[in-house]
Amino acid sequence: MSVGDSVPDRVSAVGSSDPAKIIGLLVFIYAVYLVAGSIAGINPVSNLTSLTRWIGLFAIAALALNLHWGYTGLFNIGVIGFMGVGVYVAAIVSKDPVAAGGGGAVGGATGGLGLPLPIGMLAGAVAAALFGLLVALPALRLRADYLAIVTIAVSEIFRLSVRNGNIASFDVGGLSVGFGGGDGLQLDWGSEVELLFDALLLGGVYDSLSATAERLIGSPVAVDRIGYALILLAFMIGYYALLRRIGNSPFGRVLKAIREDEEATNSLGKDTDRFKIIVFMIGCGLMGLVGVLWFMNAGGGGGSVNPTQFRPDTTFYIWVALIIGGAGSNTGSVMGGALFAAFLYRGPRFLQTVIDKLTETDLGSFARRTGFGEAMAPIAGSFDPIPLLLYAVTKIQSLQLLIMGLVIIYLMQNRPQGLLGHRKEQAAAISLSRPDRRSDGDRAVAADGGAEDE
Amino acid sequence: MGVADGYRTRAEGLVENPFNGLLVFIGLYLVADLILKLSGVDVVVNVPGMGATKIMGGVEPLDSFLSKVINGILRGLIIGLAGIGLSMTYSILGFANFAHGDFITVGAFMGVMTSYIVAGVVGAATYDIGTLALMKVEASQLGLAITGGPLAFAAIVLGLLIAGVGTVGVVLLVDRLAFEPIRDRSSVSLLITSIGVALVIRYLVNFIWGIEKFSANSPGDTWELAIRGSEPANGLQRGPSTWEFVITELTGSIRVNAHDFTLLIIAVSLMLGVHVLLQTSKLGKAMRAMADNKDLARVTGIPTDRVIRFTWVLGGSLTGVAGYTWVLWSGTFGWYDGWLFLLLVFAAVILGGIGSIYGAMAGGLIIGLARDLSIIFIPSAFAKAFAFALMIVVLVVKPSGLFAGRTTA
Amino acid sequence: MSDTDIDPPEEAVQANVPEDADVDYEKAETQDSAAEEAAKHVPQAIPLQVENLSKRFGGLTAVDGASFEVEQGTLTGLIGPNGAGKSTTFNCVTGVLEPTAGTVRFNGEDITGLAPHQIADRGLARTFQIARELGEMTVLENLMLAPTHQRGESLWRSVLPFTRGSVVEQEEEVLEDVWETLDFFDIDHLADEYAGNLSGGQRKLLELARVLLTDPDVLLLDEPFAGVNPSLEERLLEHLHELREQGYTFLIVEHDMDLIMDNCERVIVMHQGSVLTEGTPEDVKADERVLEAYLGGEVET
Repeated sequence: MSVGDSVPDRVSAVGSSDPAKIIGLLVFIYAVYLVAGSIAGINPVSNLTSLTRWIGLFAIAALALNLHWGYTGLFNIGVIGFMGVGVYVAAIVSKDPVAAGGGGAVGGATGGLGLPLPIGMLAGAVAAALFGLLVALPALRLRADYLAIVTIAVSEIFRLSVRNGNIASFDVGGLSVGFGGGDGLQLDWGSEVELLFDALLLGGVYDSLSATAERLIGSPVAVDRIGYALILLAFMIGYYALLRRIGNSPFGRVLKAIREDEEATNSLGKDTDRFKIIVFMIGCGLMGLVGVLWFMNAGGGGGSVNPTQFRPDTTFYIWVALIIGGAGSNTGSVMGGALFAAFLYRGPRFLQTVIDKLTETDLGSFARRTGFGEAMAPIAGSFDPIPLLLYAVTKIQSLQLLIMGLVIIYLMQNRPQGLLGHRKEQAAAISLSRPDRRSDGDRAVAADGGAEDE
Repeated sequence: MGVADGYRTRAEGLVENPFNGLLVFIGLYLVADLILKLSGVDVVVNVPGMGATKIMGGVEPLDSFLSKVINGILRGLIIGLAGIGLSMTYSILGFANFAHGDFITVGAFMGVMTSYIVAGVVGAATYDIGTLALMKVEASQLGLAITGGPLAFAAIVLGLLIAGVGTVGVVLLVDRLAFEPIRDRSSVSLLITSIGVALVIRYLVNFIWGIEKFSANSPGDTWELAIRGSEPANGLQRGPSTWEFVITELTGSIRVNAHDFTLLIIAVSLMLGVHVLLQTSKLGKAMRAMADNKDLARVTGIPTDRVIRFTWVLGGSLTGVAGYTWVLWSGTFGWYDGWLFLLLVFAAVILGGIGSIYGAMAGGLIIGLARDLSIIFIPSAFAKAFAFALMIVVLVVKPSGLFAGRTTA
Repeated sequence: MSDTDIDPPEEAVQANVPEDADVDYEKAETQDSAAEEAAKHVPQAIPLQVENLSKRFGGLTAVDGASFEVEQGTLTGLIGPNGAGKSTTFNCVTGVLEPTAGTVRFNGEDITGLAPHQIADRGLARTFQIARELGEMTVLENLMLAPTHQRGESLWRSVLPFTRGSVVEQEEEVLEDVWETLDFFDIDHLADEYAGNLSGGQRKLLELARVLLTDPDVLLLDEPFAGVNPSLEERLLEHLHELREQGYTFLIVEHDMDLIMDNCERVIVMHQGSVLTEGTPEDVKADERVLEAYLGGEVET
């Protein structure tokens, strides 16, 4: 079973050229953004760091989802819930401590345990994995569509729960911690880039970079933004390498087999429940880490989380990214994430900025005084489409989701294997061509010879 | 798909029995707690070291309880009405339609728009039709209540009709453009496509009507039903410190308004209508056959395309009407509400057993009641989360639903 | 754990045999106690015993006290008219269904109610009536999947740098066995083809090859000749006889009586949920009740 109901003729020779394809695509995207940005006069550093941020985030999110859906056929549409568990737990672990009774239920006033950020990130990932286990134990034996309903319900239960004022703050060992209720949480643990450099014992490097930036540009924030983008790229490479390794192994082979036909795989002696639980937990853990990375450092300053951000929309973004790239392929996931981030997610907002700069219209105030009615009236009267177009530009974030909906429908109807084509990576730790030394049929020799063949 | 229906894994046997026992225990506990709360009894146990601790009971005045029951039933009727369509498409077309919630939105918006235009254009103080279509007028200014005179009555009836008919139009268009080209694909492909459809509809509504919820709140006449209970008894102490009985006053009143009755009448008559239709017509039989085995149905000469279209028509109209009655009942609606409502509808359909329309009705009532009665036990902010959790429990314990095996009527 | 423990008997091992037990797939994280481990590999003349097997679905009794045995190194046929309970019996033996009553013993061990993967793991493997190829995996991947207890099936061993080497090493061993099996079944030219693109007959061969790579003692084949053209039928039968000579044991569920009579040493006839008769094809042919059962009459058992 899989989305693609058609099967390609032959395995195309994929392998060493995959990273090259990703790099080629990234170069192309960066070139487009640089050219468009320079025409509109947008600061190239903020232009590219912001682009890199979203490419990195969507790529790692799509990679994590690919492990669930692309490899194992686990229909998880509660991705944002697992991301949320990750970032909320990281917040509680790593925010600065606030003494009990000091904060109260005021938003952002609760503290955390004050542990280092890397520990918080790890705790977030582990918590998301354990949450995944909680969901997996009863739900993994359900049909794909039921699992979809359960996962989305779980993510909504998470959102409705953290929104709840009753657990907005509570005391743990004399410290006031909590989920912040409807106001959300400030991720005010300091500069993530500095903290991560410190964790790698590179604090001195960070300081000198900051000082240089301050001298050259007059602001140390650029270091944080560039550093954050580079950290995301590093995570992207790490996720990609890890998932390729998982995919190209006997473990990954069993996952693919479960996706294709669980009962047949079971009949071959594989404990499919065990594989599914492990892989669901790993994927959820990776999603939890994605959550921490996603919400920290928003716009260069400290990040924050708010329950409304955990509506299912982000889950569907990630799904679109994966479907564009082609589920089942890690290279495709990264490329789909990059394409989605650049053209579907960032693209319309970028276009909005460019139009804003070029037309010199104050879109913000236009949006405040204009509704759909005012935008339509000139068309009805004098066929003047400009107000409607401007209205469309101000409403670009809703149009964006409308377009994503159309993209999903188009892809499912015409290219279920993904925009980038059928790119299935072979699930084995080695190349599967016929071994050089033909077996002469003597099994004893063949077995003994296995080791010396290395 | 990996796990076929007939196939089971060992975990089932291990998980199910102790889990079922636990569920029964929780259920009995809640019922006992409710009875104690209704009679205003606290069960206080003297825990060594902690002093007197309340373990059960509390206060739940009868009037508050009854209005929760009424709310739950009315909410359940809407869920059930919307659930019939979801259940039918789920069993006959074979996929979970995530666009169904936004069909509810379509019904609500089209119906209310119609009511506004009828009441606003014909009414005493006339309004600009664009303003009316975009629902930028307070409903109270239009006097839109079912008991608000012949014009308001006509506006609401027309609104209901257009909610149904208009939704059918949208649903058929969606089927033609989105689902028909991939009818024979896997259920998962269709499910993902339906997510795309949902996004398109939802954000189109957002684009046109904006993100403000409109308010149509003018329910018209309200009736109070008084409840008379026994004379308030004084706190009755039993035992020196272990048991403590406190009986509270059993008087109060519950309020029911004209729109609640409208909803009740519409929902019940539509459900009866569906029952009669599916029991007496050939279509009902054809739908059952198709839900059972699509290929076999086609071979035996059942016009499957027509049955599918009929399924959309019936399901779409009920869903659109459900959206409009939601507005009548709650007085407000926004572009995101249909989607949020969808999970409750899924809960009802799964609880009732996919494909069973009686299951959808019963499941709707159970989910509606569970959602509203849960407030007695947990903070109201958790009520919706509780309904979702209930659905997950049903999926895990009895994935085939309570009315399994009675496919489509 | 010896190298030969899950092999067919030694004397049967010949050149060009596709089994691969000597590759020492690790029995990782196995829950079996050592005693069970020892017990299950004692060579048995009767590897598979079914006693008083019953399966009820609600009020319907599909299998009603069926008992039979499968002898080592035989092609045994399980036949019976439609609705005789063959498939249900098959599913109870392979663990897809849990029997209502009765026991299934395999190599002396009670395997009643075990999960399908546990049963397959013990050396009782099955094929499906409609070949269950893994469509979007290549023929090679399909076959590489099959050997049980591969080291790399542990996530950590596949991922961690200092254990990956041993995984790769074993992959090479598995790959060699897989190519031998491809040669044995003459489907090596399809190695890189997606299984979903194979013809019906090729799928049947792939499935048989795949199940052999799990290194079973006894193979349960569910209607292996259903929908198979005569020339492929002949080829499949050749393979089955060859494998039987190598020491494998087969239980074949079929409703084509002639095919079973011509090829099996032992025949079990089921009717209305229980075993009507059991014996050599000649015995069974001589039994009038068998013909009556096939003609649809009520039969005294």
